[in-house]
Amino acid sequence: MKTCLVVDDSSVIRKVARRILEGLEFSIEEAEDGEQALDACRRKLPEAILLDWNMPKMDGYEFLRLLRRMPGGDGPKVVFCTTENDVAHIARALHAGANEYIMKPFDKEIVEAKFQEVGLI
Amino acid sequence: MSPDDFDFLRKMLRERSGLMLAAEKQYLAESRLLPVARKFNIASLGDLVQQIRLMPGSPLAVATVEAMTTNETFFFRDKLPFDHFRDTILPALTGARERDKRIRIWCAAASTGQEPYSLALIIKEMLQKQPALAAFRFDILATDLAGEVLERARAGVYSQFEVQRGLPITLLLKYFTQVGETWQIASDIRAMVQFRPLNLLNDFSPLGRFDVVFCRNVLIYFDQPTKIDVLTRLARQMPEHGYLALGAAETVVGLTDAFKPLTEKRGLYVPNPASRELEAPLAVASVVQRRAL
Repeated sequence: MKTCLVVDDSSVIRKVARRILEGLEFSIEEAEDGEQALDACRRKLPEAILLDWNMPKMDGYEFLRLLRRMPGGDGPKVVFCTTENDVAHIARALHAGANEYIMKPFDKEIVEAKFQEVGLI
Repeated sequence: MSPDDFDFLRKMLRERSGLMLAAEKQYLAESRLLPVARKFNIASLGDLVQQIRLMPGSPLAVATVEAMTTNETFFFRDKLPFDHFRDTILPALTGARERDKRIRIWCAAASTGQEPYSLALIIKEMLQKQPALAAFRFDILATDLAGEVLERARAGVYSQFEVQRGLPITLLLKYFTQVGETWQIASDIRAMVQFRPLNLLNDFSPLGRFDVVFCRNVLIYFDQPTKIDVLTRLARQMPEHGYLALGAAETVVGLTDAFKPLTEKRGLYVPNPASRELEAPLAVASVVQRRAL
């Protein structure tokens, strides 16, 4: 079973994402911000990361930049999942190494389509 | 809606669009037709049916058929047919059409345009990787029964939800412009597709021949004789080396020999040369008979 790290400061979003991704047969880890997410990745790199942008302590963009510099950090497929839905943010995310991008609000079909697009399912 | 009204509706839909609405699908008719009733300021679905009975050719009757036959679609739906298009169909056809350099593609149930635009995006990307193919002319015809959805398709404007279902983010960024809460596909991609209303039950031979036909998720709504009729007529408009893509729940097997499945390419079919040989003497015989008359 593949693991997905869900990184979002909203417990509601984490809960919704968990329900969708468990339905797609992922094992779920959770983090509330970029720092917690980095700690989780240092312990064990997941196959997938669903990543919010705006979070306290360390935002998703900064986390992604640091992740991609870690040994093996280019492995996980990173799918941003954020309310930042303008072209400039999307371009920055892709430049920093994101594999896909979900604009909130989202539903199961969107998550499934994006994960399929990057070869996770 | 009374059982009598529902039966009338089912019969009308079958005659006008080929749609076979199952007897247990009254809930579907009600959920789709309530917005139509509201739009025409009609108090109930019973009144809606009554008005159609009185004026069968009215805009209300047209809107009713369109509401029942419009189905949700999305970019690169089911992925596999588009992989076939990029990896199998286009390389084969650009090789085979080296002399006339023209490839004609028909999306026979285009709905709001995501399918023909997905094909246009694949062609556009391929042209960037293989500039020599710029000498080819790619015609994409997109037809649908419903005029209202074709208007939407022509505009090429999609909601945030719609552009996230199946469309890779890199293509969104490259070929779409954000307009408020919506996204509009680039004008050069829109210009690659010609939209036209068409009922598959009617004669479509004037459209000419097509190298590729995407006829996906429409035959499932037809009864068996209509499926056979549409497939037979499609085969007549395709060259020997043409390709037909059907929906995931559709097949030609058990219906007609006019096409045969392509080995290891699920959902993809090619005209059957053996079936053409059988048809040819019949065609000659009918010409002789007409001359004799």
